[in-house]
Amino acid sequence: MWDRLTTWWTFFRISLEERMVYRGDFMLGILMRFLPFATQVFLFWAIYDTMQQPTDHPDRLAGTIGGFTFYDLIAYLLLVTVTRAFSSMPGLTTGIARSVRDGEIKKFLIQPVDMIGFLLLQRVAHKLVYYVIAFLPFAFWFFLFRDCFTNGIPQPHVFALYLLSLILSFLLGFFLETCMGLISFWYLEVGSLTFIYMLLNFFLSGHMFPLTWLPSEPFNFQILVNALPFQYLAYFPAAVFLGKISGPDLYWGILVQIGWVVFFVVLSRFLWSRGIKRYSGFGG
Amino acid sequence: MKRRALACPVRAGEPTYNRAIMPIIEIRDLCKTYQVYQKKEGLWQSVRGLFQREYRDIVAVKDVDLEVDEGEFVAFLGPNGAGKTTTLKLLSGVINPTSGSATVMGFVPWKRENEYRRQFALVMGQKNQLWWDLPAQESFRLHQHIYGIPADQFQATQDELTELLDVRRLLNQPVRELSLGERMKMELIAALLHSPRVLFLDEPTIGLDVVAQHNIQQFLKHYQQERKITILLTSHYMQDIEALCERVVIIANGTIHYNGSLSGILDRFSTHKLVRLHLAEGQSFDGLDRIAPVEKLQEPNISYRVERGEVPSVLSRVLAERQVIDVVVEDPPLEEIIAEVFAQAAQDNPANGSERPAGVK
Repeated sequence: MWDRLTTWWTFFRISLEERMVYRGDFMLGILMRFLPFATQVFLFWAIYDTMQQPTDHPDRLAGTIGGFTFYDLIAYLLLVTVTRAFSSMPGLTTGIARSVRDGEIKKFLIQPVDMIGFLLLQRVAHKLVYYVIAFLPFAFWFFLFRDCFTNGIPQPHVFALYLLSLILSFLLGFFLETCMGLISFWYLEVGSLTFIYMLLNFFLSGHMFPLTWLPSEPFNFQILVNALPFQYLAYFPAAVFLGKISGPDLYWGILVQIGWVVFFVVLSRFLWSRGIKRYSGFGG
Repeated sequence: MKRRALACPVRAGEPTYNRAIMPIIEIRDLCKTYQVYQKKEGLWQSVRGLFQREYRDIVAVKDVDLEVDEGEFVAFLGPNGAGKTTTLKLLSGVINPTSGSATVMGFVPWKRENEYRRQFALVMGQKNQLWWDLPAQESFRLHQHIYGIPADQFQATQDELTELLDVRRLLNQPVRELSLGERMKMELIAALLHSPRVLFLDEPTIGLDVVAQHNIQQFLKHYQQERKITILLTSHYMQDIEALCERVVIIANGTIHYNGSLSGILDRFSTHKLVRLHLAEGQSFDGLDRIAPVEKLQEPNISYRVERGEVPSVLSRVLAERQVIDVVVEDPPLEEIIAEVFAQAAQDNPANGSERPAGVK
């Protein structure tokens, strides 16, 4: 057990060091994460600005769309950016697919180590480095839009559940994308799969707009949203923070999120054990 | 195959099976077939391929039987796509066989038990076990923990290996900045840190210059003699094999065509000798080509390609007709003979050609 812990620690430390090699790429990545956010602020500003206002209201942005004022929306989008910083896994699926295709995955078959465990550690290390460096820009944006958080910081127990669901969203994102990567044992090219995933993520995770905005006619999108894991990658934690989900719904939501994580953990194990049996050991 | 009496020393305190009876590697009727999607030429055929795919079986390894004793250094020789690498992949548990069995140190490789994986190593070209962006030292450190090597033993092994391969000063340089040869040395060290009992080497000197190639050969030779580990090596370079291996296994089209000593190849496959004569000045070369087939004529030298049994008669005829200064009778170059064996194998079984397995079944 101790051996295993020191192995993990060494791998974790090496991943941290590796992450800090390419500083430029890293900084750019952090800046880019805020670019869509800034675009959305301007877009929704324009939309809210042209809306019909309650005649006696002095603030031109006080109208609501689906229960969100402009300020609520800004708060929501900022929080979604935070969730996405946990749940998005740049390069994970394509990385696994590449190592299957060019044979790098062999080292996990030859050495007495577990690939999925190592990838998880590596991801945790990368994320930690990311948060340390991204803390300042995040703090800046939250400070700038502090007035948008009209409800302030949630109750301690809600806040604790919020943090829990953030961590779960990290795990969900990791295992979901790992499963997609492992599909490359069957189909070497997973490019179109990641594209479909990105599209679904776009609409059903809520990182472009609150999921409550999805129409119920002619098709009730809420059924789709609730049947799929995507909302837990962006919408759910943000909605918890803003108090949009509370009471039994909150606890139920966390349970479902845990269920999805377990599902993808089991699925990834299954795909791995099946996949390596099929594996033909490409690349010389 | 030829079973040799076991003269190799057995390391103390090692478990279970009776090494004097059981070889360390035992392969029985091993087969590996890949299914490859047959894409026909043309756009229409590509569209058809979306709906209806035709697969073709590529036999990479066919009914291979092989036994290797502990402490042997065995070379796999064969043309591209002959099944050498596939065999190594099977033995290291990277892929599962279609049928047949194999055990290495008593383990079935494709079960991938950790106990097994701690005791062997595979070095496959430049497919690195090393972390590209970090110094090799970091990768070695990771290996120490992965294989649970005690700190003092780790330090001693690392010192010894870096010393032997003369790469100590490069330990703290990012791997991506190393040359091909230096990187190969680091790969070897990474593979040997846990003192494996069995080592699989796939083309360890590919793409290296003559000096680096020689260094690695020397190292492997020394290390193998010192530690008495079992090494299976594939290579295209005859120099590698001549320098290192007592036993050669020639594989072509997935089957073993020869299994024995290097010099035995000549006895078995070489039907001719080369007879080279240096004629005295002023001797005419006219008519000399009637004595035997001429391999090369470059005055004042002439070489004949002569069937083994006829060497004396050819020699005496030339000596009777011309004044000769020097005579050399030699075997044709080993490369040439092996190339003939390969060509022969390809003719025997043209269907498989030199196809490279490239698909998922």
